[in-house]
Amino acid sequence: MEPIINYLFQIGFSFSIFILISLGLAVIFGMMRIINLAQGEFLMLGAYFCTICTQSGINLWLSIIIAALAVGICGIIIERLLIQWLYGRILDTLLATWGLSLLLVGAITTIFGPQTESIASPLGNVALGELLIPIYGIFMIATSLVLLLLLYLLWRHTRFGLIVRSTMQNSGAASTLGINQNLVYMLTFGFGCMLTGFAGAILVPIVGAYPTLGLVYIAKSFVTVISGGSLPLLGTISASSLFGTIDGVIATISTSVIGEIVVLFVAIILLRMLPLGITGRMTKGV
Amino acid sequence: MKLNRRQFFIGASGALAFASTPYLLKGAGIASEKPIRVANILDKTGILNIYSLKQIQATAMAVDEINSTGGLLGRPVELFFYDSQSDGQYNSKYVTEALVKDSVNVIHGGITSSSREVMRPIVSRFKGLLFYNSLYEGGVCDRRHVSTGMVPAQQLEPLMDYVISELGHKKCYILAADYNYGHITSKWMQKFVRERGGEDLAVEFFPLDVNNFQPALSRIQSAKPDIVLSALVGGAHIAFYRQFESTIGKDKIALASGTYGVGLEHTQLSAKEGNGIIIATSFFDDLNTDEANAFVKRFKEYTGDKSYVGEYAEYGERGIKIWAESVRQAGNASPEACIEALSKGTVSINGAGGVYTVDGKTNHTTMDIHIVTGHNQRFNVVKSFKQRPPRDTQMVCDLHQNPDDSTQYEPEV
Repeated sequence: MEPIINYLFQIGFSFSIFILISLGLAVIFGMMRIINLAQGEFLMLGAYFCTICTQSGINLWLSIIIAALAVGICGIIIERLLIQWLYGRILDTLLATWGLSLLLVGAITTIFGPQTESIASPLGNVALGELLIPIYGIFMIATSLVLLLLLYLLWRHTRFGLIVRSTMQNSGAASTLGINQNLVYMLTFGFGCMLTGFAGAILVPIVGAYPTLGLVYIAKSFVTVISGGSLPLLGTISASSLFGTIDGVIATISTSVIGEIVVLFVAIILLRMLPLGITGRMTKGV
Repeated sequence: MKLNRRQFFIGASGALAFASTPYLLKGAGIASEKPIRVANILDKTGILNIYSLKQIQATAMAVDEINSTGGLLGRPVELFFYDSQSDGQYNSKYVTEALVKDSVNVIHGGITSSSREVMRPIVSRFKGLLFYNSLYEGGVCDRRHVSTGMVPAQQLEPLMDYVISELGHKKCYILAADYNYGHITSKWMQKFVRERGGEDLAVEFFPLDVNNFQPALSRIQSAKPDIVLSALVGGAHIAFYRQFESTIGKDKIALASGTYGVGLEHTQLSAKEGNGIIIATSFFDDLNTDEANAFVKRFKEYTGDKSYVGEYAEYGERGIKIWAESVRQAGNASPEACIEALSKGTVSINGAGGVYTVDGKTNHTTMDIHIVTGHNQRFNVVKSFKQRPPRDTQMVCDLHQNPDDSTQYEPEV
């Protein structure tokens, strides 16, 4: 029984990391088609905001919320200053966001220094027979599931979700119907950044915050979103489940390095067979 | 007034000659001899700079102190700093630049073994001298290389003695960084564990950017060791200590390390996460000797930084002081003269961590070693060893017999 629970936990944990780091990018790249190379740095900002809040005495759970909102606001500011001039210009966006990424890493290094800032991992562990499992890991799995549910409700059952989806599908038609597409783009970008900042804040108690933290996750999140295909939510779920299962099992049997190699290998084969991603041919749903 | 070109040049050259008079006069004076040039090549930026930042400052402090007390052999010491950016290609670029363009007398630098191995052949080619101020896996036998940090026989052997023979933690699980330091160090760990009747259950390597250790922690749980030995390196790997505490905890499985603390990990983890981690070190802030306290005070005054100073900062001062002593004994700052002086085995200083003596046959340093445990983001001393020699390298290296040797010897497991 214990080995099965252990595998389930490892898979769930890996799944939750894939979900957390990819959801923001699924909005920004999957829906808005912006190749945002600074996505990892938004995650890093979330980690730093959360650390600063916690170190100044704010409760960790509140800090995570504050960090997510703060990164969302940063995202809106960056959209107004930089991204809004570049919609539809993929190569220019790529260069501009790469520059933004370097700028943010440099700025954070200058302000906080290059060392790892961290906060203590909360909650301790729970024993299942002889197997010890960190409660924070279980919290991460639960959080990612709740987040998915909330996003589903948001996209499918709110007016905001409807407007965003229609604008992304056909901005011309949406604006004829009286929708302010500038505003929608701005809010959607900010929302994507907020999700990424949330991921950074959630990850901080286990990995710490350092200026180059984003680089660890940026490639993984792009691979997940691209493999997921055009539907931001279903695509991310399916790709994360696939990669999380592979990574969780392989990394437990052999090593983390082999786990990552196999994930990338599977992604290559997957994209060879389904160039548009897992949900590439689906037109309905989110 | 309108000047034609000729008048302008006459006037300008006159003005230039006048303006440069102080420099010309200064150069002719006895007090300003030609400076002795020292290169310092360390990582000010990038993922490995947690080891370098304070060493860079301590090196500068040691050079300033030499200059404020009359210089070396009556000459000032001039420091050239190069940022190797945690990337080996910059080590090779800057070591060449330091030796060829800036003609330095000595190079202090390199933190990782990979950066050292990049620089060593270049230092040999241009007949320079490299002071490597870092703990490492031992075995480098090269007269142009001086190691001032701990090697496994000094650090890991007493650590394994304490852990296995005194604490009785026989079953060991080894985690190491995935490059030459981690690979060779893990072999030393296995060797010392087996020699003491212990058992090495597994050895795992982690690339420097890995920060998710959950799968490894589950493997550790199923292997059921008494103790985990870590030779993990760098900022990302700090996550291991945090995840270990929140998943398993040191009350269930003990934790010892050859690298913990040198990157000031203990100041970045909470007290609970760091408490009880067992390490061996040649310097820590709470050593509580007059020399150690004086060094900590001087460093804090020099930098204005009140935080924990640590072993790698002390290595910076140690390296410069040992080199300066070799220059004094040689009466000459050239690399050849220093190497000659070092080979006599008489270069010895009284540093912040006690007496440091360079062994003439290996160019490695004999020093005091302390077993300490993490306590409230600092360290408590458990046991001390006076003047431990670099025995592992002494067993394989004799530069008196083979002055042309430049091999790095590795242990057999």
